[in-house]
Amino acid sequence: MASPSPSSASATSPDAESSPRPPLDERSRALRRTIVRTLAAGDRGHLGSAFSLVEILRVLYDDVLRFDPRRPGWAERDRLVLSKGHGCLALYALLADHGFFPADELDRFCDLDGLLGGHPEACVPGVEVATGSLGHGLSIGVGFALAARLRGADWRTVVVLGDGEANEGSVWEAAMAAAKHGLERLTAVIDCNGLQSYGPTEVVQPMEPMADKWRAFGFATREIDGHSVSALSDAFGALPFEPGRPSALVCRTVKGCGVAECEHNPAWHHRSRLAPEVVARLLAALAPMEAG
Amino acid sequence: MRRTALRCVHELARADERIVFVGSDLGPGTLDAMREEMPERFFMEGVAEANLIGLATGLALEGFVPYVNTIATFLTRRCLDQLAVDACLHRARVRLIANGGGMVYAPLGPTHQAIDDLALLRALPNLTILAPCDAEEMARLMPQTVEVPGPVYIRLAKGHDPIVSDPETSVEIGRAVTVRAGSDALAVTTGITLGAARAAADGLADEGVALGILHLPTIKPLDADAIRQAAAGARVVVTVEEHSIIGGLGSAVAEVLAERGSPARLVRLGLPDAFAERYGNQRDHLRLHGLTAEGVAAAVRRSLDRLPPTHS
Repeated sequence: MASPSPSSASATSPDAESSPRPPLDERSRALRRTIVRTLAAGDRGHLGSAFSLVEILRVLYDDVLRFDPRRPGWAERDRLVLSKGHGCLALYALLADHGFFPADELDRFCDLDGLLGGHPEACVPGVEVATGSLGHGLSIGVGFALAARLRGADWRTVVVLGDGEANEGSVWEAAMAAAKHGLERLTAVIDCNGLQSYGPTEVVQPMEPMADKWRAFGFATREIDGHSVSALSDAFGALPFEPGRPSALVCRTVKGCGVAECEHNPAWHHRSRLAPEVVARLLAALAPMEAG
Repeated sequence: MRRTALRCVHELARADERIVFVGSDLGPGTLDAMREEMPERFFMEGVAEANLIGLATGLALEGFVPYVNTIATFLTRRCLDQLAVDACLHRARVRLIANGGGMVYAPLGPTHQAIDDLALLRALPNLTILAPCDAEEMARLMPQTVEVPGPVYIRLAKGHDPIVSDPETSVEIGRAVTVRAGSDALAVTTGITLGAARAAADGLADEGVALGILHLPTIKPLDADAIRQAAAGARVVVTVEEHSIIGGLGSAVAEVLAERGSPARLVRLGLPDAFAERYGNQRDHLRLHGLTAEGVAAAVRRSLDRLPPTHS
């Protein structure tokens, strides 16, 4: 019987062994249940990649970003780009929860005529740009931030990337441009779960020291536990980390965080055709705390 | 032509605050006048083409109209995914000014020879592709590029190219230009090859062969109706392009004529399906591959000779 797993074994987290992560709270569990149901409805999806993102996006949408779900194109909104577009199940869960589109769209995930596909597209209310080909989002974010500066606008741009995504050279082209222009209203959030599709990043393409890389590329950089709601809130509340420079928040996360059998398990990067009993097992592992 | 295109960007930017310039790492002094006059709208962003396209897309999605300029091969091959996903999928108003279409950079070798840009880009949805024949046609087309509701690729020639367009003929994005009527054969041109076709038509006229010319400053969207109509009476259609014969003008015309069931014999003049193994200059390569007045005329003569005699 799976119990809520306090994802405690991030090999790349410097603090993981000394401070085990507390159990996920009910909101984080509920969002993950939505993700499982959406994946089951579409019969496919990147579960592990979405689970590592939940707290990052939750804090952004619940507490940080300026937006109006009734006016997705409101000029003064903050722009969020999910550059690791394969994590879209987490984004869809948050956007539906905040009312950008009816929640029953989640039940039509990947349907021929559904709104929501396996990677986000700009036709989805709340999605700024299509992503899915990795290494694109930060450059677009640089363009957004330059546009805001040209207009004298005060909205912010947040780009969420993966550590596997950071294999792409274009990420670093964009990072250099952000630093050159001193885009302090641009923040790169790196969901650093240490796993990419094939296996550990340290095997496929080592990316450490990740935070030092962003510092070297001119970003004011902090490194936190990416599943800690309070740490995320504190970090986003401190933006920009330094005046006149873009910010990078390296979030140490656990791929598949929240369900023991999925955690640190590359097999859960993308899954399709989940048997009903597997779906039931995932949902049971994420059952509301009072029932668990 | 390049100087004209960039001067147009500056002039258009004076009248329209949405217009910005984004270069890669261009020659010193490029658009200095614009940089001095409106430095906030002048960006020189380095040898990072993927970033250039993403950055420009971000600006475009926020209402700006960025004109991006670098060498054609780098603006296409290097960042094709960004062109497709960022600019084209979002119908972003990114304008791409591509230096050195075709064999302009012949002496610099295959890395700089844009022999495949039209083929690569024709397959991208939502993209408009322009290849003006000279600086004057460029100047007439540039103001029209501002409001195109999607990305635009503008293929440049060498510079100081002979003026072969007719100042009296209007040019419009998406429309072919009937340069010359002629009942025996039709030459279809894009970019600077109009010049070769015009000279060929003059020579053939002296021999009693009437060569019509349809010029396509816009490769996409293709003016298929004009091609069908112009080819209707011709026994031979010769496409003339400074581009691989795969995937460019010749292929596009072949598709139109084949689907129409056209009886005209089609000859595609262009660059072979090969990376160049010699240097020299653009003119050398145009000559080697028959992209000259003599080459066009010879192709027309050869093709007409091979056809069965007509009732006339």
